Amino acid sequence: MPEWYEDSFRTDGVEVAMVKGGGGKPLLIFHDELGYTGWMTWNERLAEERTLVIPLQPGFGRTPRLDWMRDFRDLASFYARMIRDLRLDPVDVMGFSAGGWIAAEIAAADPHLIRRMVLVAPLGIRPREGEIANFIGMTIRSHLRATVADTVNTPEFGKIYGGEMTPEVFEAFEDARAETTRLGWEPFMHSPSLPYRLRGIRLPVLLVWGNRDAVVPRGAIDGYREALEGATVAQIDGVGHRPEIENSAEFVRAVKQFLAA
Amino acid sequence: MQIGYFTERPYRYIPEEEAFRNQAFFGISNRFFDPHKGAEDYNYYLDENCYAEELGFDAVALNEHHGTPFCMGGVMNVEAAILARITSKVRIVLVGNPLPVIKNPLRMAEELAEIDMISRGRLVAGWVRGAGSEQFFNHANPAYNRELFEEAHDFIVQAWTRPGPWRYEGKHFNYLFVNPWALPLQKPHPPMWIPGVLSWETVKWCAEHRYPYIGLGTALGPTCDLWDYYADEAAKVGYEAGPENFGYIIPVFLAETEARAQELGKGYAFGAGQTAFSRPEHTLPPGYNTKDAIRRLARQPGGSWLGVSADKLRKQREGIETADPFEDARKKALAAYKSSQEQYRLIIGTPRTVLPKMKTLMQVLRPGVLVVFNVQGPVSNQDRMTSMRLFAREVMPQLREYSRQLGLVDPIQRTPGSVKLAAGAARAPVADRSPLGALGLQ
Repeated sequence: MPEWYEDSFRTDGVEVAMVKGGGGKPLLIFHDELGYTGWMTWNERLAEERTLVIPLQPGFGRTPRLDWMRDFRDLASFYARMIRDLRLDPVDVMGFSAGGWIAAEIAAADPHLIRRMVLVAPLGIRPREGEIANFIGMTIRSHLRATVADTVNTPEFGKIYGGEMTPEVFEAFEDARAETTRLGWEPFMHSPSLPYRLRGIRLPVLLVWGNRDAVVPRGAIDGYREALEGATVAQIDGVGHRPEIENSAEFVRAVKQFLAA
Repeated sequence: MQIGYFTERPYRYIPEEEAFRNQAFFGISNRFFDPHKGAEDYNYYLDENCYAEELGFDAVALNEHHGTPFCMGGVMNVEAAILARITSKVRIVLVGNPLPVIKNPLRMAEELAEIDMISRGRLVAGWVRGAGSEQFFNHANPAYNRELFEEAHDFIVQAWTRPGPWRYEGKHFNYLFVNPWALPLQKPHPPMWIPGVLSWETVKWCAEHRYPYIGLGTALGPTCDLWDYYADEAAKVGYEAGPENFGYIIPVFLAETEARAQELGKGYAFGAGQTAFSRPEHTLPPGYNTKDAIRRLARQPGGSWLGVSADKLRKQREGIETADPFEDARKKALAAYKSSQEQYRLIIGTPRTVLPKMKTLMQVLRPGVLVVFNVQGPVSNQDRMTSMRLFAREVMPQLREYSRQLGLVDPIQRTPGSVKLAAGAARAPVADRSPLGALGLQ
């Protein structure tokens, strides 16, 4: 079983907390708007072949919040610098939901930093049809539940979010949601210019999306596909916004295949 | 003491079931709003404020909420401007403009300056952070709520006091040309009183700025704690807080008989009343409150205002969000109606029974400003005005006398923050908890 450990890296005077594990070529992972969920089955499987590098977003409790950061583009600039300072470039990148938006912003700013990019149910582009769910107008519980299609039959959902929420966990979610709100409130969880800034970038991109996603509609995936010529879509049926825990076998298969190409 | 009159200007024609079905007032569809009824009531509520002046109240207080039948005051400055012209004596107290959601503080400075001039200097500007739901209604980033509040406030004070033109480049607001030609009549600017619902950060901010803090019907024990905190913070910046630094708004309803008062007073519990102002997800959007504030609220016994309560926070944490059947919800609302009276958070009765309770509140909280908040729910104009008349004729004179005995100086008589306190000197008490034990409210 691949080991994971906590680490940190100092970039631009900021101590960025991160989780690392596995071996092989690095795979940089941006967690979603609810924060890092812990080392799951999909981490373990991908870590068999890759070194997972998972920075914990500034303001989410572990890495300090940066007051100058006003939107996801600012955050992406910060992470772009971190990639350069870590000398990871060009690196394979995977981002979940808001983390997908971050990855896309990095690609738009400097595509040479990235080798291959996996965006899992990414925020960031206004859906051509449908709307990004107003998860800020939900309680934490409702927000968590909205991220999977079947809460009962997804064992890892229970593992992460089951049981009573301690005040500490409640606060961690509050931190994550507050920082996401700070950066992504207006326009709501997307950048109108992102599709234009992504145009013309020649980068292998895999878009992963579950067809029961209640947070990001298919229209957002179509928007990315239109902007990123050559992007392919891995649709996983029967799962929601977190295909990585609802059908980790299919998710890992699609991601491994894409990264190995 | 300043005695003020306040109403939320409720829209009185929604079926109560809608509030229960929605589990809150905020978010009930506006298809239930009839502008013909609205036209009657906007006019009536203005008349009601004129009646308050006629009855001898010192002030009329206005507030603002959005997207809710709980309060029709969506644009309080419109009503304030009209009252500035059609009243002649009362102070017009705004409790207050929700600074984080207004987006254009320069226009706010102009509007209020015009109101101050039209009223010939009777405006009391007040600021609030705005309920959580206002962030959604106005699409104001809740995570910047406090920053927006403080920056807008600082900017407005500058716009009122610093001769222009000048440039302003802040974090959230930018103006290349600040030079408003409407300036307040009161100098250096209108007084500012700050209402709040037990936010310690706001209390500290008020103490530092020497602004009176107005408790919005908050539970007595925790309110005393806040008064002490204010006074301690005031002492740190070198002044002694007194009654002029504190105000209190309390729901009060009177009728000719106890039974009728109790029956009509249930309007405060209509649709579950204040506790159903908005659902938790709208009351506490992410980033709206600091972590400390969330922790304090969660510990607050019986602390409940605008949909926030320890119980609701617990339910949110534990994931209990199921809707009560209406019958159960009604029962709970009526039980709360009774317990709120026991806790002195609702004062209902005849002049004979209301007077001693009001005196107790005054003794405990020693406010320089006391504002009575008329009933919510579908209560007729006639009954609302009867309550006002009974209070003004049969309770208010005794309260004025009692305030003199207690030495309750108001912020008009004595500028808040003007009593110097030497470093290290002990400050005077600002609350009297002695009656709380006997009332079971310690």
